[in-house]
Amino acid sequence: MSKQYYQKEIETMPYEQMRALQSERLCRQVRHVWDNVPYYRSLMEEKGLTPDDIRGVEDLHKLPFLKKDDLRDQYPYGLLAKPLSDCVRIQSTSGTTGRRVVAFYTQNDVDLWEDCCARAITAVGGTREDVCQVAYGYGLFTGGPGLNGGSHKVGCLTLPMSSGNTDRQIQFMMDLGATILCCTPSYAAYIGETLKEKGYKPEDNKLKAGIFGAEPWTEEMRRDIEKSLGIKAYDIYGLTETSGPGVAFECEDQSGMHINEDHFLAEIIDPDTGEVLPEGEKGELVFTALTKEAFPLLRYRTRDICVLTRGKCACGRTLIKMTKPMGRSDDMMIIRGVNVFPSQIEAVLLSEGYSPNYQIVLDRVNNTDTFDVNVEMTPDRFCDTVKGTQEAEKKLVNAMLNMLGIRPNVHLVAPKSIARSEGKAVRVIDKRKLH
Amino acid sequence: MAIRQVSVFVENRKGALADPLRVLSEAGIGLRALSIADTSDFGILRIITDDNTKAAFVLSEHGYVCSVTDVVAACADDKPGGLADLLTTLSEQGVDVEYVYAFVAKTGNHAWVVMRVNDNTEAERILRESNITLVSEADIAAV
Repeated sequence: MSKQYYQKEIETMPYEQMRALQSERLCRQVRHVWDNVPYYRSLMEEKGLTPDDIRGVEDLHKLPFLKKDDLRDQYPYGLLAKPLSDCVRIQSTSGTTGRRVVAFYTQNDVDLWEDCCARAITAVGGTREDVCQVAYGYGLFTGGPGLNGGSHKVGCLTLPMSSGNTDRQIQFMMDLGATILCCTPSYAAYIGETLKEKGYKPEDNKLKAGIFGAEPWTEEMRRDIEKSLGIKAYDIYGLTETSGPGVAFECEDQSGMHINEDHFLAEIIDPDTGEVLPEGEKGELVFTALTKEAFPLLRYRTRDICVLTRGKCACGRTLIKMTKPMGRSDDMMIIRGVNVFPSQIEAVLLSEGYSPNYQIVLDRVNNTDTFDVNVEMTPDRFCDTVKGTQEAEKKLVNAMLNMLGIRPNVHLVAPKSIARSEGKAVRVIDKRKLH
Repeated sequence: MAIRQVSVFVENRKGALADPLRVLSEAGIGLRALSIADTSDFGILRIITDDNTKAAFVLSEHGYVCSVTDVVAACADDKPGGLADLLTTLSEQGVDVEYVYAFVAKTGNHAWVVMRVNDNTEAERILRESNITLVSEADIAAV
């Protein structure tokens, strides 16, 4: 395992030293927010808090939470902590319901964010010798700009492809010998599929690593992508509210994502009570931005469910690790009273030999939930007899029943008939209007 | 002697049948025999063409899920009971017929019957011994 770091001192810093750095930055940040964000100041005042009550990381739990609703309510400037004249950039979520989240960045915010992405690229073996193809969307979405900046900082030759136009992606990938691919996992899978269709073998490309994030994906999907592209696939985590990708990243050990905790202080809480849970317990991830100037969210509830662990990593980094989110409280579906995560369906499809391109359609008929899953037929499961094909379908339904505890109606549809994602995939169509 | 049949997965929707047939015609491939099995969700289009290898290739290239299966084709007398006699011969000797479809040949007084059976070699042996003429892929292509 190559041990390379972008900012070695921070990435391998002993815990006590990291905690001291976090405490110092937290105190300064709370003061900055108190002075500049009346909304958060009022939340602190409701709890009878002043900046003097926060003397270090040990006092973090006293601070009030921020939720996505707060961000929507305070749109657009309510959480801004710097004059607009000091801001150089906005990024925004793809949120289609309610008002979208808009985050502001000073030049320093952009620099630190790009450092985080550079750490991620370096951790997968990226150096100035690499050709980094960024196929995340550019624009308001944080994926493209974040990895683009990180790639520049590492010194890679950067291919700012943005998402979409897959033929062109493949042409640049092949002609310019891209070695690192950054995009959403579903787009990586799609590129792999398209390469195969064009007659390329995994060893025909020069890719060695991929950095894939911005949507949930499973270990099965990771193996699928690694096989089809002939690479190692790494996860990256982030959210617009905290900056973008690079909040946490996987190293070559592929054993969870290291959180850039010098910038983002992480906690796990019980999503129902808000109580802080001990390390190693599963709960909702909460971030406090320690260094952001323009949009410094304190104790922001991500709705991502995961586990934090601190321990020696084979890569030499001491940064605390988070597991891949085990689901988001907001992509979890409750169907006939049963909790279902789309990633479970995906895992079943892959293990049964189907394409991970699927669509879940939920509706409510006569007060009962209907649960339909459209699945693309594959040559491996197709048989010339009705009986044979129906048996394959039945086997799939049973596998889903085993995984989920409820039985979906599976519809086999023609290959490529479910819209492919060139950004984030729409996996669930919920017509039930439960909220 | 077994002949190749191309099966195609088709969705149960408007135009789903015409589309793959159009793909074949545009590739200059002629249909010789066709049958469809359908369920409420999907259908299986089974065809024999004048170039089955090319048909499977062209359909796959156009994104269709298809498979090539060996089936048995034989001549049945074009008279009432002709097909029934043929099938009885097979079933009496333990050959299972999964599905069957027939079409009337352009020449002579017989129909051509395509059968998907559990044992092609055995079915062919029985048919030969019963003096039933087997039909080859070349016979069908030449129509």
